Amino acid sequence: MSSDVLFEIKDLEVSYGSIAAIKGISLTVNKGEIVTILGANGAGKTTTMRTISQLLKAKSGSIRFKGQELTSLAAHKIVKLGISHSPEGRRVFGILTVEENLMLGAFSQSRLDKTTLEWVYELFPRLQERRKQLAGTLSGGEQQMLAIGRSLMSNPEMLLLDEPSLGIAPILVKAIFRQIKEISNKGVTVLLVEQNAKAALKLADRGYVLDVGKIALSGTSAELLASERVQEAYLGKKH
Amino acid sequence: MDIFLQQLANGLTIGSMFALVALGYTMVYGVMKLINFAHGDMVAASAFVGLTIYTQVMGQATSLPAVIIIFLLSALAMACIGVILERIAYRPLRTAPRLSAVVSALGASLVIQNGIMLIWGPRMRIFPELVPQIYWDFGGVVISLIQVIILVLSLVLMVTLYLFVEKTRMGAAIRAASIDQDAARLMGINVNSIIALIFIIGSSLGAVGGLFIGLYYRGITFNMGWQYGLYAFIAAIIGGIGNIPGAMLGGMLLGLFNAFIAGYISSTWSDAFTFILLIVILIVRPTGILGERVAEKV
Repeated sequence: MSSDVLFEIKDLEVSYGSIAAIKGISLTVNKGEIVTILGANGAGKTTTMRTISQLLKAKSGSIRFKGQELTSLAAHKIVKLGISHSPEGRRVFGILTVEENLMLGAFSQSRLDKTTLEWVYELFPRLQERRKQLAGTLSGGEQQMLAIGRSLMSNPEMLLLDEPSLGIAPILVKAIFRQIKEISNKGVTVLLVEQNAKAALKLADRGYVLDVGKIALSGTSAELLASERVQEAYLGKKH
Repeated sequence: MDIFLQQLANGLTIGSMFALVALGYTMVYGVMKLINFAHGDMVAASAFVGLTIYTQVMGQATSLPAVIIIFLLSALAMACIGVILERIAYRPLRTAPRLSAVVSALGASLVIQNGIMLIWGPRMRIFPELVPQIYWDFGGVVISLIQVIILVLSLVLMVTLYLFVEKTRMGAAIRAASIDQDAARLMGINVNSIIALIFIIGSSLGAVGGLFIGLYYRGITFNMGWQYGLYAFIAAIIGGIGNIPGAMLGGMLLGLFNAFIAGYISSTWSDAFTFILLIVILIVRPTGILGERVAEKV
């Protein structure tokens, strides 16, 4: 594991009106790592992801990617810098075909990179089989594959994955997590938000545990898996 | 049979004007989920702008290049007004409750309508004869050059728009923004530019529609935007609001429907029948003919 800091959040605060959702969190992601953010519903995981992508604006604090401050940028400029976001709930374009969805993933690129498309089809062969089908007619798991594939189409350096296991059959969750590992092996840095702590910690190098807008715990995956607090709260083990 | 063919020709002419105007409603609705009530008045304004360009800029020339310039300048002027309208009347309300934007749209409609009245006066003006009065008689069915031009040019514009939206990168971006704006932003699509583009396209097509209305009906009034706007709006709903081919189809169907009512029953009843048709369609198929192809899986 190298220690080149690729991405850094410092003292980030985000609020919805007068309600504080993120109360000053800091975290770093090194180049090539898989880092996971764990937490219960409402802990602020998705808020963090949406703030990184500038779909939400930070109240204070900084978000830096390769040294560049993101908080002053418009949302559509982020993907061009090399951060691609596969959002919670997949958000595929339902009345467009699988292929059109993938092409839109490459919208920020001046021209379509054929090898990336081939790679996405290699990772998720289902997508190639169904490329002419409307995205809205795919199963939940297939839509998740499409959402991840679509976010890879911009050749990102860092991938933000928000709850890829949400509402998906366990067997597909396994397949998708395997492919996330494969994506990481290709050199893409991954920031993964999950409720499924066990699966996420198995995959990730390090993790942060978010609890009502604050970081409650952080460490390597092994440390977190061993910690009583994580075991109690997220893995359902009682001591 | 003569009445049928004659009304078919008339219906297609009126229908293509409805369709051009309906596209402006449906494209804006598609991306912003907003009914741009000012669109009909923009169409009316275009006829007056065209009239002024004809008299003041072109020195009343009716040569083919002059007519083309009148069309291009009017479309350009309305595109600019459309972009300004979006900036001042709709963008500040983007995150406001939907009703606020609707009220703003109604206000914008009144501003434009009264603006036309202040500039060009409250009385009916006669639109110039930009196209020579040539008629062909096919055994009782009379078709004018104006009708042919309206139909052909509308079809060309609609096919071009369709290909642009379905086959190009920017077209795909428009469709993406109309499905999910946040997801579109994550793809790197600048939604503000897409909305500006929508207003440019919709307003220019509406401008062409307004000039056609002037050419075909000749008399133009400051408040005619309400009437034509309403018909085009109904056409957009019949086709499925937010759906681009739907607006084209809805416009054509409504034009034909109107023409046949006028031919076989009476033109005084065409409004009543139009609304009956609207009600029937809303009951039988609330999403319009081509509305919403699939339900989203959640």
